[in-house]
Amino acid sequence: MRFQPVIGLEVHVQLKTDSKIFCGCSTSFGSEPNSQTCPVCLGLPGALPVLNKKVVEFAIKAGLATNCSITPRSIFARKNYFYPDLPKGYQISQFEDPICQRGWLDIQVEGQELKRIGITRIHMEEDAGKLVHGEVSGLEEGSGVDLNRACTPLLEVVSEPDLRSSDEAVAYLKQLHQIVTWLGICDGNMEEGSFRCDANVSVMPVGSDVYGTRAEIKNVNSFKFVKQAIEYEIQRQIDLIEDGGRVVQETRLFDPNAGKTRSMRGKEEAHDYRYFPDPDLVPLVIDAAWVEQTRQELPELPECRRQRFMAAFSLPAYDAEVLTASRELADYFEACVALGANAKAVSNWVMGEITRSLNDSSTSIGTCPISPRLLVELLKLIDVGTISGKIAKTVFDEMWRSGKEPAAIVEEQGLVQVSDSGAIESIIDEILAREAGQVEEYRSGKDKLFGFFVGQVMKASKGKANPTVVNELLLSKLKG
Amino acid sequence: MDIVDQSIHELHRSLKAGEVSSVEATRAMLARIEAVEPQIGSFITVTAGQALADAEAADRRIAAGRMDVLTGIPLALKDIFLTEGIRTTCGSRILSNFVPPYSATSWEKLKQRGVVLLGKLNQDEFAMGSSNESSAFGTVRNPWDTTRIPGGSSGGSAAAVAARQATATLGTDTGGSIRQPASHCGCVGLKPTYGRVSRYGVIAYASSLDQVGPLTRDVTDSAILLGAVAGYDPKDSTSVNTPVPDYTAVLTGTVKGLRIGLPREYFIAGLDPDVQKAMDAAIETYRQLGAEFVDISLPHTDYAVATYYLIATAEASSNLARYDGVRFGHRAEEASGLLDMYTKSRSQGFGAEVKRRIMLGTYALSSGYYDAYYVKAQKVRTLIMQDFMRAFEGVDVILTPVAPTPAFRIGEKADDPLQMYLSDIFTIPVNLAGTCALSVPAGFSSDGLPIGLQLIGKPFCEETILRAAHAFEQVTEWHTRKAVI
Repeated sequence: MRFQPVIGLEVHVQLKTDSKIFCGCSTSFGSEPNSQTCPVCLGLPGALPVLNKKVVEFAIKAGLATNCSITPRSIFARKNYFYPDLPKGYQISQFEDPICQRGWLDIQVEGQELKRIGITRIHMEEDAGKLVHGEVSGLEEGSGVDLNRACTPLLEVVSEPDLRSSDEAVAYLKQLHQIVTWLGICDGNMEEGSFRCDANVSVMPVGSDVYGTRAEIKNVNSFKFVKQAIEYEIQRQIDLIEDGGRVVQETRLFDPNAGKTRSMRGKEEAHDYRYFPDPDLVPLVIDAAWVEQTRQELPELPECRRQRFMAAFSLPAYDAEVLTASRELADYFEACVALGANAKAVSNWVMGEITRSLNDSSTSIGTCPISPRLLVELLKLIDVGTISGKIAKTVFDEMWRSGKEPAAIVEEQGLVQVSDSGAIESIIDEILAREAGQVEEYRSGKDKLFGFFVGQVMKASKGKANPTVVNELLLSKLKG
Repeated sequence: MDIVDQSIHELHRSLKAGEVSSVEATRAMLARIEAVEPQIGSFITVTAGQALADAEAADRRIAAGRMDVLTGIPLALKDIFLTEGIRTTCGSRILSNFVPPYSATSWEKLKQRGVVLLGKLNQDEFAMGSSNESSAFGTVRNPWDTTRIPGGSSGGSAAAVAARQATATLGTDTGGSIRQPASHCGCVGLKPTYGRVSRYGVIAYASSLDQVGPLTRDVTDSAILLGAVAGYDPKDSTSVNTPVPDYTAVLTGTVKGLRIGLPREYFIAGLDPDVQKAMDAAIETYRQLGAEFVDISLPHTDYAVATYYLIATAEASSNLARYDGVRFGHRAEEASGLLDMYTKSRSQGFGAEVKRRIMLGTYALSSGYYDAYYVKAQKVRTLIMQDFMRAFEGVDVILTPVAPTPAFRIGEKADDPLQMYLSDIFTIPVNLAGTCALSVPAGFSSDGLPIGLQLIGKPFCEETILRAAHAFEQVTEWHTRKAVI
């Protein structure tokens, strides 16, 4: 029997607000334990939550960008359970009437058709604190509770069970990740847990329309692990069924070291969260004007921008895809084009030298030492023939290092291209005389040696000879 | 008149005239507390040192000519209000060592006015009770008859006013916890409209029902204290942003043409004959003052107690989850792991009534029961609210008894929770409807126990019930009687 996997994802997106969702404490990462707390996020008696408006704004943005409808009157609920990192003994979340409902994303898996994935809901909630054990806690014995993270704002984005493979799951996640970072509502840092995912996985016989029993895999924190965890889980369930067993509904934990999932708790141990509307918070009313205003303020989303780059600048799909990897990169590209540079040339440089240098120095485009204006200046020097494309790369490296104007670098280092045919001719003559044997071979039909001669000439001119002129002259001279 | 017998406005006049200093008034109060406390037990904590320091500061303020009506007045707070640096127990063992790092908004507001804090008052544990017998700090005794309960949960707040241990006090009212003890102790107790006073820094019992209010010698004091604590608080999302009127300005003494509703469901057979007699007399008094009476119906009254005990316990079961021994409060000494620590800390820290309500509420919210209990209770709550709104289309205030009987004996209902719950039958619907009501002294039983009259007003119309109560007070002398201890 062949099996069809069915996957739904629940993604927790930590919002990049300055303060927490229900109090004024800072959300910054890595401070002294419990230094960013107040009566509200410590869950002290008598403390009451007050909703951060920025969180609502971010949630509306996320909803609009994923084609959701925005609920005009949404409700906060308490999710009750005991754990030391949960100071109030309940988490303020949304249950009935979440802020965003019924949206979708179109995903593209290489070599497959575009596929629409439903989004059931997006809701706002507060994060819990953290437990620290052993050495990291700095405690002689026992465990510590750090509540700095308690009450930081999260969105939970719940997909429909529309995904059918680990590749689709990863494509969906990448797209969602791109959208929330593009909107500027999440820093997207998966290692620090700003974007984390639970996967619901089941399998059913191909052709069936009845879903199998699902297992929920908790907290998978990289695209790679999501793929691994889902693939492992699919195979585990298939093996189980083929061996005559039955999949049980349970929560499983992915162990990245072993590449396996293991049971965390079964259905019997599942919490009864006793959700009910939080009486400390009034219903959140969002009028159409607020939604409309937020819609106006939305940046052009990656998919639209990709399409526009292809249409307006005649870029290949590949270029448009790479250039819209982040909003900052796309902005950089467009800024260069707006300064009058050729779009394809800019694209090549951004995808090539810029990306390479950013990767080598582990920086992002936002802190790129070469501004769009400087890059365009460099491209102009190539266009007018002042320097060759090859020399331009040397100039580029120096610009990256020193931040100087490209023209100044060319001047200082004497990198102006030599296009004077007399000067080039004398170099060529010298080379041809020195390499008489090779000339003979070339003339007897070994065409491939042409590149060798070009190389020698360029080397002798320290790269400054105009390659076009070199080509022309060499060709005519070699003909004899 | 003895300093301890004076009301806020009377003592203010004495302070202003320089006849007495705040330090003298405070010393007199502290002496009175010391003298009668063994018989009454109103206080959990007496803050004598703090009180004298507050009084000295108030006297300096008075000397500098920067006094207002509350400056230098010795007050006490139910131990449910967080007071920075002063232990706040909520009547529970689980908070017996809890010293809060911040103060309730209502207390902050009073502090800014220069009041003197005498101490923290006894109460039912987590405000759960109608007799003050559930306190972990001993039962409060009714100053009119120390074999009887003072009412609850703000029993200490009412007893302290009646026993002249504080000029006035603050309490909280979730299902009658201000009005019922006020009625049993012969003082004025006001539960404002939900949202009128901030709940920030007030330990939550049932968040959608809890409200802060004053317990005072007379209606004028009630108006003064309400005005001082009322108002929007950005720290409490459920507080309402409407202007706070000068509540004392409306105390004109006239009720001519006021339409008073008498709900037939509240004047039932089985009402204590002394209570019935007091109500009849009060109705006659109002008639003579020119008020008009209208028979009305609040048809869902019968369901109020059941509805209340589902909603209040559901919210409480969640509100009390934070008392887990992890960050503050009582933690069991010998626990063999996390679950054991939770279980032991909470088993040792909470009393029987609190445990009962946590279990009731947890059950009402549980999967499979939620719709039948919690959701249904919310629907009935809406119906009860609509009962009141419909009634208020034809009347300005509603007059009812506060409690079916005068104060009962200590221990009389302690083993019968259901009987205990029914003692709040006339006060609970007001909390469910979210509107305002007060208790004003309206007579005494044949054995000398105070009986209160409840006036229920439209939402945010505290002025109307204060004006009506004040007019009644002007032509009666019930509030001037004094418990002899």
